[in-house]
Amino acid sequence: MLNALIAAGIILCAIQAIRVKKLIAAALWLAGCSALTALMLYLLGAPEIAVIELSVGAGLVTVLFVFAINIIGDEAPVRMPAIPPLVAWLLVILSFGTLAYLNLPLLEIEVPTLVTIPMAASSIWEDRALDVILQIVLIFAGVLGIINLISDNSSRESKA
Amino acid sequence: MTTIPYIDMLTVMIVFGIGLYTLLITRNLIKVVIALQILVKAGMIALVLAGRINGQVMTGQSIALTVIVADTIVAVIALALAVQVKKHHGTVDLDKLRNLKG
Repeated sequence: MLNALIAAGIILCAIQAIRVKKLIAAALWLAGCSALTALMLYLLGAPEIAVIELSVGAGLVTVLFVFAINIIGDEAPVRMPAIPPLVAWLLVILSFGTLAYLNLPLLEIEVPTLVTIPMAASSIWEDRALDVILQIVLIFAGVLGIINLISDNSSRESKA
Repeated sequence: MTTIPYIDMLTVMIVFGIGLYTLLITRNLIKVVIALQILVKAGMIALVLAGRINGQVMTGQSIALTVIVADTIVAVIALALAVQVKKHHGTVDLDKLRNLKG
């Protein structure tokens, strides 16, 4: 029951995030979507991932969105999209069908309820050390991105 | 006792569909990043779910963690790009940016 409510909340937040005209409201709906996703991950037995998703997805990314929208402004194009909505819907239905075709046989598998919640940390450090190195590189790339985001180019251009 | 996570599977499929639809029809650069975030959330739940179904819980979770980091960096860089595009071209409308020459 709780799972169904959280699922409905995620879907509602995702729909609102794409439906609302104001970008700042869309960013806040996305934060709600992230928070509910974290709750679902926790119920799936992944508390560490849930905490990281909550702090990064609902916290850091939302702050960055608000910061970027503050600089860019709440501009919303009103013209029709390049791809007709009917074609987009067809593609979505096609992908939905493919996912259903691949996933629905899994419904016959009986998934054991988790007795003890395993800790992902041991797997990360022992089996996936390469991923950790990749993540460090990505975090450095992100830092450069943030520096680019907050730097003021106009002063540099006026000096040149 | 067994739990069949069909609600989670259905959520993954619907959220993926919402993200894909937005990605296809939107013109605003910021909305594109939002659509990507929604798509990745579906992928993240799917990874944790797949790990649990296959009995490789920790592998699924560690890959989901990598996905969170990568997704955040993608969002940061995309937003930085959007800010720079707005400063240089005065718009974040993808259709107008596509028509730019030079």
